[in-house]
Amino acid sequence: MRYLPLSEPQRREMLGAIGAASVDELFRDLPKSALASAKFDLPNTASEIEVERSLSIMAAKNLNCGAAPSFLGAGNYRHHTPASMDYLIQRGEFLTAYTPYQPEISQGTLQAIFEFQTQVALITGMEIANASMYDGATACAEAVAMACRITKRTSALVSGNVHPHYRDTTETTMKFLDVAVECLAPDPAGIEDLIGRISPEHACVVVQTPGFFGHLKNYAVLAEACHKAGALLVVCVTEPVSLGAITPPGHIGADIVVGEGQSLAGPMSFGGPGVGLFATREKFLRQMPGRLCGETTDEDGRRGWVLTLSTREQHIRREKATSNICTNSGLIALAFSTHMTLLGEAGFTRLAELNHAMAVTLAEKVEKLPGVKILSSTFFNEFAVLLPKKAEGVVEALAKRRILGGVPASRFYPTYPELANVLLLTATETNTAADIDTLVGALKEVLA
Amino acid sequence: MTIPTTASGNRGLQLEQGLIFEQNTPGMSGVDLPAVPKVADRLGDMKSTKNIGLPGMSEPDVVRHYTRLSQKNYSIDSGFYPLGSCTMKHNPRLNEKMARLPGFADIHPFQPVSTIQGALELIDTCAHWLKTLTGMTAVAMSPAAGAHGELCGLMCIKSAHEANGQGHRKTILVPESAHGTNPATAALCGYAVESIPANAEGRVDVAALRAHLRPEIAAVMITNPNTCGLFERDCIAIAEAVHEAGAYFYMDGANYNAIVARLRIADLGVDAMHINLHKTFSTPHGGGGPGAGPTVLSAKLAPFAPVPMVIKVGEGFDVEEHAGHGTATQSYGRMKGYHGQFGVFVRAVSYMMAMGGDGLKQASGDAVLNANYLLARLSEELTPAFEGPCMHEAVFDDRFLKGTGVTTLDIAKALIDEGVHPPTMYFPLVVHGALLMEPTETESKATLDGFIASLLHLARKAKSGTAEAEFKAAPMLSPRRRLDETKAARKPILRWLPSSDSNGTRQAAE
Amino acid sequence: MSETRFTKDHEWIKIEGKIGTVGITQFAQSQLGDIVFVEVPAAGKAVKSGGEAAVVESVKAASEVYSPVSGTVKEGNAALPDAPETVNQDPEGAGWFFKIEMSDAKELEGLMDKAAYDKYLAELA
Repeated sequence: MRYLPLSEPQRREMLGAIGAASVDELFRDLPKSALASAKFDLPNTASEIEVERSLSIMAAKNLNCGAAPSFLGAGNYRHHTPASMDYLIQRGEFLTAYTPYQPEISQGTLQAIFEFQTQVALITGMEIANASMYDGATACAEAVAMACRITKRTSALVSGNVHPHYRDTTETTMKFLDVAVECLAPDPAGIEDLIGRISPEHACVVVQTPGFFGHLKNYAVLAEACHKAGALLVVCVTEPVSLGAITPPGHIGADIVVGEGQSLAGPMSFGGPGVGLFATREKFLRQMPGRLCGETTDEDGRRGWVLTLSTREQHIRREKATSNICTNSGLIALAFSTHMTLLGEAGFTRLAELNHAMAVTLAEKVEKLPGVKILSSTFFNEFAVLLPKKAEGVVEALAKRRILGGVPASRFYPTYPELANVLLLTATETNTAADIDTLVGALKEVLA
Repeated sequence: MTIPTTASGNRGLQLEQGLIFEQNTPGMSGVDLPAVPKVADRLGDMKSTKNIGLPGMSEPDVVRHYTRLSQKNYSIDSGFYPLGSCTMKHNPRLNEKMARLPGFADIHPFQPVSTIQGALELIDTCAHWLKTLTGMTAVAMSPAAGAHGELCGLMCIKSAHEANGQGHRKTILVPESAHGTNPATAALCGYAVESIPANAEGRVDVAALRAHLRPEIAAVMITNPNTCGLFERDCIAIAEAVHEAGAYFYMDGANYNAIVARLRIADLGVDAMHINLHKTFSTPHGGGGPGAGPTVLSAKLAPFAPVPMVIKVGEGFDVEEHAGHGTATQSYGRMKGYHGQFGVFVRAVSYMMAMGGDGLKQASGDAVLNANYLLARLSEELTPAFEGPCMHEAVFDDRFLKGTGVTTLDIAKALIDEGVHPPTMYFPLVVHGALLMEPTETESKATLDGFIASLLHLARKAKSGTAEAEFKAAPMLSPRRRLDETKAARKPILRWLPSSDSNGTRQAAE
Repeated sequence: MSETRFTKDHEWIKIEGKIGTVGITQFAQSQLGDIVFVEVPAAGKAVKSGGEAAVVESVKAASEVYSPVSGTVKEGNAALPDAPETVNQDPEGAGWFFKIEMSDAKELEGLMDKAAYDKYLAELA
């Protein structure tokens, strides 16, 4: 087996040094009954070429988005990945290193985390950010838990414009902590009244921008209402590219900003692994979950970086920790950071402009189709449309024509008949004008 | 010999590198984008008016930046990484290549199910291997990492107790030698935590455990092999006692790599166990993640598993995405977005297929052999904390340093100068001054012998009583020497700020 | 006339009339190492004997400071959060954590005097 360097003579020599007759003898503490009953009906060792063959056949059963005009979003976005980004994150020194617990020989990872924390803080408009969470949905649940710790309250109000997976993950996590999560109905029209629902029992109000149905809402007044009620405002961002074009949540009064960094961090990969972004105000630092990297100096006075404020974390605080998270999304955070660095201010804002322009181009054509109405009066690169037919059937019909034509809202809300005809459409810099024409032409036929 | 001072601050191949924010060329970008079509924007009043503050750099400068940063890292690719409990084994590049196949990388979680049959098959294949290896009924694939898998297991347990009218069970028993994630997870699941002591052999004291079992106990969480690198010989008796008391047995699978393909944990009476794919199944640690923590479940807990769940329908696959519907009527809900750590599954399946059942058994055998070889050879100078044989990791205490003035930390830092990543230090907490070494199966005898030679040399040097100052000064040869963690924690600087004197301007390297 | 008493968790309390000043002992600070963070209670907070009253952290450890007696906090040491190193430098002086108005002077009887505490430390070693 190519991954195992020991030869049989070496194994025997080592057993001699140990004073054991066989490897099996080293396993003598395992219960004999369990050893006897262990049978594994599994294939044997395979060569690289065989593994590649099997997995390539499996992969070929999928219709990949590069092989079809694709307009999918709903929290997971297809963007171009610079070649140098994917190369850099595959450098073995990043890819095959552990969490930087020995700072003297982990300065590369640590400095990259420090830069990542700064980038996340800058784009969200917040004061500080952590080294990453698993994904946007779990970051959202952690934000609600943190708001409960800060306010010492045990309920939360969640907007109908929050991604249903974020909402579900938050609801599931919080129910085990006896925190009541009040979720408003899905809001494709963008008309819900959150301010009227805030009560003094709420630890926080959770919203999303751009909303799940695309809307760009100004939550400044909501932020004021939250603070008046002693609650925090948690803002989710599922498409961070939008932050190159819209006012960051931190500038309208958000207390915690969480998000999914996948859209800037490489392939969609069927939705995972992603990278959870988590940013907040400095005054809430001690209640923040997750790792943090900080600046310091070494014995020679040279600047360097270490993991810091670890007393918040599980390996020190155990049951009193701010979270149980250990492994996070280090490499995906590095990919996010590398892409951001490549883009820079000019590239990031231009990428956002381009995304918006492609989406507006798509919207202008789609809204001219008979019986089709765009529900999002404002949007970034994704919007909701009301079709004259059930969206799920339309999407299936488009898939038969090898077009990945959006995500039907019914996939998330199977029990809401009023959403059956709602379709989410996204355009990014990866779409061409020809892609858009192909989709619009096919939609016209399918809807006819 | 003293290290010469250079004008640049560089030391040969050790190149100093400022922050990206200190390399800003305004307006520069390392990405050229197509022209932006002219449209009337629909951003409304949320259209941004302010600069963000991101630095501008060209592509070559960015490539150089991250390449130089990478050179300040130790990694499995570059050397021996015996970090106990972390399983730093070789990460095959085939896994990376497979994860980048467009049919796996370039697919969206909400494509029509008819267009992602291969993705669902991949998840089902991973699940099949995990269920076959463990003998368990079901596996929840969505947990994102080990701690998340623990949470999944405890959520299933709590849901099962509530469904059976046992909601009054509010406490989880955890050995005092456990990883911090166990008590932290229990708390996150709304449970109180009670610690059970270990015996002198470094194992769970079954009598003490029995004394703690009462009607309020919801579950026992036991890492097996445990954090001292020892197999819990009495685990079947433990499982029986736990079940007799109406509680569930959660086995923490952090060290599953030691026993994979040797026994089925179902035969130990386990109700739930997470499996770190980034440990046992070789997916890269990536400087802190991502991992994946699929959680295998017994028949009693399987109905409560979280969504999504891949289901076989005839020759094809479907996915149940909603708790309370279809095959997920009793599911406790969703704990992560989308379909779990799919890209990690691809890498793990690539590894499973490459190893095969026979290769996995050889791997656990070699991992245990390597650890016992370290235990035997290092006992010449070091003091083992427990009697062997150990499983996949060997733990030493600091008795061998008594009276030398040299500490476990000093030995670890001196190992850095020897070109080795130090073992885990001061964990498990039940071992004084612990050095926990996990060599893994992917290290050659020559590598182990080199490490043994270095460590024996350091142990003798420490015992000589003449080298305390030298140890305290280590490491001398790494990109940075010991860093001031007290300073970092007292006045935290967690981001770059443009105006601050301490970090706003590019510092001249010293 | 003042006297100082000690707990098994290594807090000290210096008693002057109804007011006790509480801190951690020289031994406790030496065990913790460099202290990087201190959280002191606000005036008016009611605490119970043995209840959590303050937090002290080093880089690698976090501990609760338990109140040796029940009562109402009169004052937290406002200087500590910005200068946690004071606890290392002068744990039984300027590094005090809080002052408390005792509700039950009898609780002091359960605490150790200096001689008993020194003996207790000798047994730990």
